[in-house]
Amino acid sequence: MFYREAGDFKTTYRDDSQTFPIRLDRIGYYVILAVAVLVVPFVINDYWASAVLLPFLIYAIAAIGLNILTGYAGQVSLGTGGFMAVGAYAVYKLMTSFPEVSVVIHILLAGGITALVGIAFGLPSLRIKGFYLAVATLAAQFFLVWLFNKVPWFYNYSASGQINAPTRTVLGWAVTGPAASPAAKYLICLAFVIFSAWVARNLTRGMVGRKWMAIRDMDIAAEIIGVNPLNAKMTAFGISSFFVGIAGALLFAVYLGAAEVTEAFGINKSFLVLFMVIIGGLGSIFGSFAGAAFLVLLPVLLKNVLVGALGWPTDLAAYIELMIVGALIIFFLIVEPHGLARLWLLAKEKLRLWPFPH
Amino acid sequence: MKTKLAALAAAGMMVAAPALADLVVPNLSYRTGAYGANGTQYADGFNDYFTLLNERDGGIGGERIQVPECETAYNTEKGVECYEATKAEGLVYNPLSTGITYQLIPKVGVDKKVLYTPGYGRTSAKNGKVFEWVFNAPANYWDGASVAVKHLLDVNGGSLEGKKIALVYHNSAYGKEPIRTLQDLAEKHGFTLIELPVDAPGQEQKSQWLQIRRDKPDHVIMYGWGVMNQAAIQEAANINFPMENFIGIWWSGSDIDVLPIGAKADGYKSLAFHGVGTDYPLYEDMQKYVIEPGKASQGGQHVGSVLYSRGMYASLVIAEAIAKAQELAGTSKINGEQLREGFEALEITPERLAELGLPDFGPEIEMTCANHGGSGMARVQQWDANAKKWNLITEFTEPDQDILNPLIAEDSEAYAKEAGITPRDCN
Repeated sequence: MFYREAGDFKTTYRDDSQTFPIRLDRIGYYVILAVAVLVVPFVINDYWASAVLLPFLIYAIAAIGLNILTGYAGQVSLGTGGFMAVGAYAVYKLMTSFPEVSVVIHILLAGGITALVGIAFGLPSLRIKGFYLAVATLAAQFFLVWLFNKVPWFYNYSASGQINAPTRTVLGWAVTGPAASPAAKYLICLAFVIFSAWVARNLTRGMVGRKWMAIRDMDIAAEIIGVNPLNAKMTAFGISSFFVGIAGALLFAVYLGAAEVTEAFGINKSFLVLFMVIIGGLGSIFGSFAGAAFLVLLPVLLKNVLVGALGWPTDLAAYIELMIVGALIIFFLIVEPHGLARLWLLAKEKLRLWPFPH
Repeated sequence: MKTKLAALAAAGMMVAAPALADLVVPNLSYRTGAYGANGTQYADGFNDYFTLLNERDGGIGGERIQVPECETAYNTEKGVECYEATKAEGLVYNPLSTGITYQLIPKVGVDKKVLYTPGYGRTSAKNGKVFEWVFNAPANYWDGASVAVKHLLDVNGGSLEGKKIALVYHNSAYGKEPIRTLQDLAEKHGFTLIELPVDAPGQEQKSQWLQIRRDKPDHVIMYGWGVMNQAAIQEAANINFPMENFIGIWWSGSDIDVLPIGAKADGYKSLAFHGVGTDYPLYEDMQKYVIEPGKASQGGQHVGSVLYSRGMYASLVIAEAIAKAQELAGTSKINGEQLREGFEALEITPERLAELGLPDFGPEIEMTCANHGGSGMARVQQWDANAKKWNLITEFTEPDQDILNPLIAEDSEAYAKEAGITPRDCN
């Protein structure tokens, strides 16, 4: 009734295989995109940018990255925080070494550097899988954080080991540093989110993505039908790390402006992004957004309701918030192990049949 | 689902910021997380002093002070969120975290808010020519390192030639700060420095103390925070390291650091830049106006403890700066810029402290346009495990400015260059 495809005929394969086969979905997607690009930048303020939208967009990129690796290719990774740190330190070194080059190029290069590091740490995946691989990537997490904390070259020999993002501009607008306007910071992150989601979506429904999914579902069978596991696994690690690196670079340069590796890119980050992927839905681009929204927005919302509106003590609110988020995670895992993306799909199915379930 | 969440979030944020008319001093506290035990006490002291001013004097210059709290859990991302959520009304920020301080330093300059970081934060922010909006009086990490070495010189008859000193530090921006100073001091006084990092939060330090047992340093200096302090003092007790040779920075010198170790912690030393306990006239007022009417933060369970006193001292300095700013601006409703003027003209003499009911509580503070860090003086205190109290064993000692000033100039110039700041002229 509300959500129908009557009259939405597809007469070519091209039509049938589009990302949003239902017209209403397609229109909704364009509307959201238009609002995000044309409306939000004009109404955004510092609080919305720094507390809500920037973390949401940046974690969405990280979740897309991890989803490619864990959701599509089936390689469990606990090294996301470490790879984000690679992106952050790469962009820091590039920004300070080549100040005249555009920061957009630096962020893309930081993604490329992270891809190389990711491939190097992905090599063990050829021999081990499952929990053992998780432990190997966990080692990457600890090693990378230790490295950036230990070697002064990475933080330009500053007294405290902190890195600070200097002001850099895109088309004359400052996007990093204290002078950057909320709209500029938002737009640069949004541009990278749209780019990442578009690339990831198209990779995952093409040959590369099918190889990843074949490896995920049964690696031996995939090998027999001609999928090269080395190729499939290394591309998964490389492309996943590319997105995670971009997320790390944006997190440091655009969102935080300063970072300390142990605090900003610790093991908690790895878990956070992994939970986003699990709650959002493994193997779904939409799930990456839903998971990021769930874990970034919900705590802020709860804090504002409990402390701002109800006036509870901040510590009590913080504990209640942990409990509610934890309980919701358990609830979702029990009720819908395939995550929010699956819930969304089910809701759509129901709406298409409503009000005649049969 | 996404739109639904966004709608919910929007609904939640509409009700978020309460309308505030008075002077607002946000308390970016942490009562949860790995350092919650320490942050709670500090936040209580911070709140209670302003409550006292509101109850007893009706605020400062007739303006009531509002202290909205925001929980950061010592996490920089939450700290940024708290700052953005409160900056519309907030005048001055004291996040009690070096990480969050680094995050906020570039932002406060643009938003014209004061950042006050007593005893922590970025040391070179002492240079007011570069860091216009940041104040870190009465003392900073490098002052602490220098005062500790001065004390060690005193107990060693004026010479540290050939001695070995180990630095056990929190492996973060905070713990790394004193290294450069100590290296310069090692060169000047001829001692060997052994650097032993401990990863956050710091329970795991067996290997560091194994190395101390093997290298047998004459003294150990510690830059720790939270559970790391207790673990270190326990480990030192386990290897029978002489406690009087073990000296912590002021963040490693609160009651909760030594109490769990019991009698074996007797003799442990730490630095201090303010007095502790409730033997000050101010506490009569505190009892009358805050604790007895039940207005104390968390019921006043930490009154008089080291970190409570530090939080209280931070609010005292802020309150004095607000009063000074009101006097200079000629209005009681001041903004961030006027408060900065107040901080730069701030003078807290021993007489003024006595007048406030806290005689000999802290060092004399005098800030100027160029000097945002005061004199940097600190004292040494020693733990008496039987009486369960800290005893001050030295007078306020001035740090070695010959070593510190070039370092501060160097570090702040590097920052100015990196951030594209032209140091202002302070004459």
